[in-house]
Amino acid sequence: MNADPLRVDTAAAGTVTTVVIGAGHAGLAMSRCLTELGIDHVVLERGEVGNAWRRERWDSMRLLTPNWQTRLPGFCYAGADPDGFMTAAEVAELIARYAVLSSAPVRTGTTVTGVRREGPGYRVATDQGSWRCRTVVLASGAHNLPAVPALAAHLPAEVRSLTAFEYRCPDQLDDGGVLVVGASATGLQLAEEIHRSGRPVTLAVGEHVRLPRVYRGRDIQWWMQAAGILDQRYDEVDDLERARGVPSPQLVGTPERRTLDLNALTECGVRLVGRVAGLRDRWLMFSGSLPNVCALADLKMNRLLDTIDEWIAAHGVPAGPVERFAPTAIAGKPPLGLDLGRGEIRTVLWATGFRPDYSWLHVPVLDRKGRLRHDGGVVDAPGLYALGLPFLRRRKSSFIHGAEDDARDLAGHLRRYLDERIERRRAHSA
Amino acid sequence: MNSRKVDNGVNVEALLGARDALAQAPEGARFNWRASCDWVNGTHSRSSVEGFYGLGGEQSHRTRFSFDSDHPEVFASEDNGPTPVEFVLVGLAGCLTAGVAAVAQNRQIQLRSVKASLEGSMDIQGILGIDSDVRNGFDDVKVVFEIDADATREEIEALVAQSQKRSAVFDIITNPTNVSVTVK
Repeated sequence: MNADPLRVDTAAAGTVTTVVIGAGHAGLAMSRCLTELGIDHVVLERGEVGNAWRRERWDSMRLLTPNWQTRLPGFCYAGADPDGFMTAAEVAELIARYAVLSSAPVRTGTTVTGVRREGPGYRVATDQGSWRCRTVVLASGAHNLPAVPALAAHLPAEVRSLTAFEYRCPDQLDDGGVLVVGASATGLQLAEEIHRSGRPVTLAVGEHVRLPRVYRGRDIQWWMQAAGILDQRYDEVDDLERARGVPSPQLVGTPERRTLDLNALTECGVRLVGRVAGLRDRWLMFSGSLPNVCALADLKMNRLLDTIDEWIAAHGVPAGPVERFAPTAIAGKPPLGLDLGRGEIRTVLWATGFRPDYSWLHVPVLDRKGRLRHDGGVVDAPGLYALGLPFLRRRKSSFIHGAEDDARDLAGHLRRYLDERIERRRAHSA
Repeated sequence: MNSRKVDNGVNVEALLGARDALAQAPEGARFNWRASCDWVNGTHSRSSVEGFYGLGGEQSHRTRFSFDSDHPEVFASEDNGPTPVEFVLVGLAGCLTAGVAAVAQNRQIQLRSVKASLEGSMDIQGILGIDSDVRNGFDDVKVVFEIDADATREEIEALVAQSQKRSAVFDIITNPTNVSVTVK
């Protein structure tokens, strides 16, 4: 390493077999697996370990998965509250402890500025010098940038527009009405907390995933894990592109394990409208498809519950009585538009999802929509891997507990890739 | 599971093949649908459709289709055909029903009968210019399906929901569209 912080730009930081980009749970899980396979590597982290959990989440955020489910290679939750849900700060703490526990070779405060092919491998440029390596693992996360519709740029100036990325707490917002756009876990949680702060919330609802927090006496995640649903593989699903685009389920982690769905929001006074469909001057238009997206979500939830019921019956697992939940109710006729010039809505909060940032990835592996081309995390360039993306290899891939199986699979693939190269070189020189 | 071969007359393999091919060549997915219309007399006009553009080239229906539209006698018209708003209902019905058949085929559900009843409600104070607060178009559209098929009620409801999700006309009616009307 270069000791002089002023002479860092072009200096060669070193040569290593594998560079892992990102010291979140996914990068550290991979680091652990690489260590087990004896592959020398570094983990580059722009901030601190678990940076996004420290700096890029709202204050009240908690994991959607219960504590008992939180695991990483060589680590299981052993705390006093297995049924509780970690705060973002606790997740950051856990990841930091895991990094120490695994003696992960992390270089913090190291921002990757460019990844390029060079010779038989890659050059990873950073603001702390550049690394040469055979293989690169992209573990920089799926939630680097907010995905906001283009019309957000054309809202009237007197309406404040912010994303779930910037949002921290209701006090940050002006008094008055708030339009929350998006009905995933984020949208529902923010809609509820903002509405309870005395700012009347309108929630724009597109396609969404409805789930009860607790079903037949256990957390829904317990059933999904036990019944093998979370282990469903990427090469087994009918429509992988669709599966990868499914928004996060409408769940919240609270001590009382309550269900947060659209009915609960309607009950506390949140107004539901359809998906944001267009903006004409100050007139924001909502789709008339609200009844159908709710019907779709209710039907899908019930199909999942049927699957769980069948699994319970087939395996004779003790469980509470079968439950079915009230269909999503839509009160009256939802408005199809809102005059943003009228002052009723003071803030528009975009909870419309996130996307990864690959602006530094100068390898031609993105498709026409800017998504990484990969086969279960094996990226379409030799020696390049990705981890921690939705449904990367399994339904659970984007969860913390989903990193272990994916990291083991991909570390194994990476090991074979390196071995085959050695074989090829030997054959060549023989 | 049903051991007989499910046949709703939909070539799902061809549709799925087209889906895969167009995902690789998205420019082929650009279609232009066309209609032309000649005024006949009064509120009576005759529209026709024949050619359209798609899959990278000019395409054509097997024949030219012609449609008369008019208004009923209660509007002091001659009733030479359905009203244009009824054509909108016809479009929605045709689109959703085709969708039900295609989704059913893909999900291996044999249909025996599918009947859709549609109703669009409208306050004609809008089109008559009596009250500017009343919109011209439908303020509500209701579609009721009666479906007889080898499937549970939930499976049938899922067919209908999925067909709305994939319907062009449902999207056209529920979401705004830029429309430019000019004079040559």
